[in-house]
Amino acid sequence: MPAGLDAESAGWVRALAGAGPRREAALARLHEMLVRIAHGEAARRGPRLRIAGPELDDLAYQAAADALVAITGKIGQFRGESRFTTWAYKFVIFEVSAKIGRHFWRHPAVRLDAEDWERLPGRFGADPAQQAEWGDLFAALRRAVDSELTLRQREVFVAIVLNDVPLDTLVTHLGSSRNAIYQVMFEARRKLRAALVAGGYLGHDTAGRS
Amino acid sequence: MNGWPALDRFLRTDPRDVGCDQAMEMLHVYAELVAAGEPAEERYPGIAAHLQACGPCGEDFAGLLAAIRGEAR
Repeated sequence: MPAGLDAESAGWVRALAGAGPRREAALARLHEMLVRIAHGEAARRGPRLRIAGPELDDLAYQAAADALVAITGKIGQFRGESRFTTWAYKFVIFEVSAKIGRHFWRHPAVRLDAEDWERLPGRFGADPAQQAEWGDLFAALRRAVDSELTLRQREVFVAIVLNDVPLDTLVTHLGSSRNAIYQVMFEARRKLRAALVAGGYLGHDTAGRS
Repeated sequence: MNGWPALDRFLRTDPRDVGCDQAMEMLHVYAELVAAGEPAEERYPGIAAHLQACGPCGEDFAGLLAAIRGEAR
């Protein structure tokens, strides 16, 4: 048991690490809480998703069930840095996130490798009426994508930026991790900005960031 | 509106950014600090930088914060 736990968190850890009816009761109560949080999270994200009704409910129930398994398996890793329930809720939020990513991977509307460069300016809110102003910038960006990025960086940039594929969906498609894809994109962003700054299209950063 | 500000924001990277794994590892601690009105950004600038730049992690953070605040009501 981690030192300095608040009474409620200590109660959760004691009950879940134990056995018998007390553990069963704690599991049932935790599951009920996780289902409620999963539903709330699915509903919070719902308006931006093409998932609703029973499908969304099913996603929430699955997320709660998987989170419960993860929490009971990792209860020994709870270090008491937060309340137990906050730590537990993190698992169910992650499960909702991952399940939404996988849902979009199965969705036929998701395009992963098509390249429609005409959409690029619109992705960044460029007004078509002012094309004379930003046309050179986006042409330079496209050249930089071709000349500066590795094949992997280019693939990730095209999927996320041009095709608007959610990062977690791309993670599922590539059999990778969120962190790995983020790092690929991070390096791609850094390279592209450096190229645009070198070409005089963007200003140097005065805050010391790149 | 021209495309510069949005594109510039998107391409800008922060060297303090800790990445998804570290941010997610500490997300429960960070979210509780924020919910309590503590200066989480000062204590964990690398996590703050990451949550601003990473859409999926930012979304998870918003979800966890909403869950904590919902429980407190």
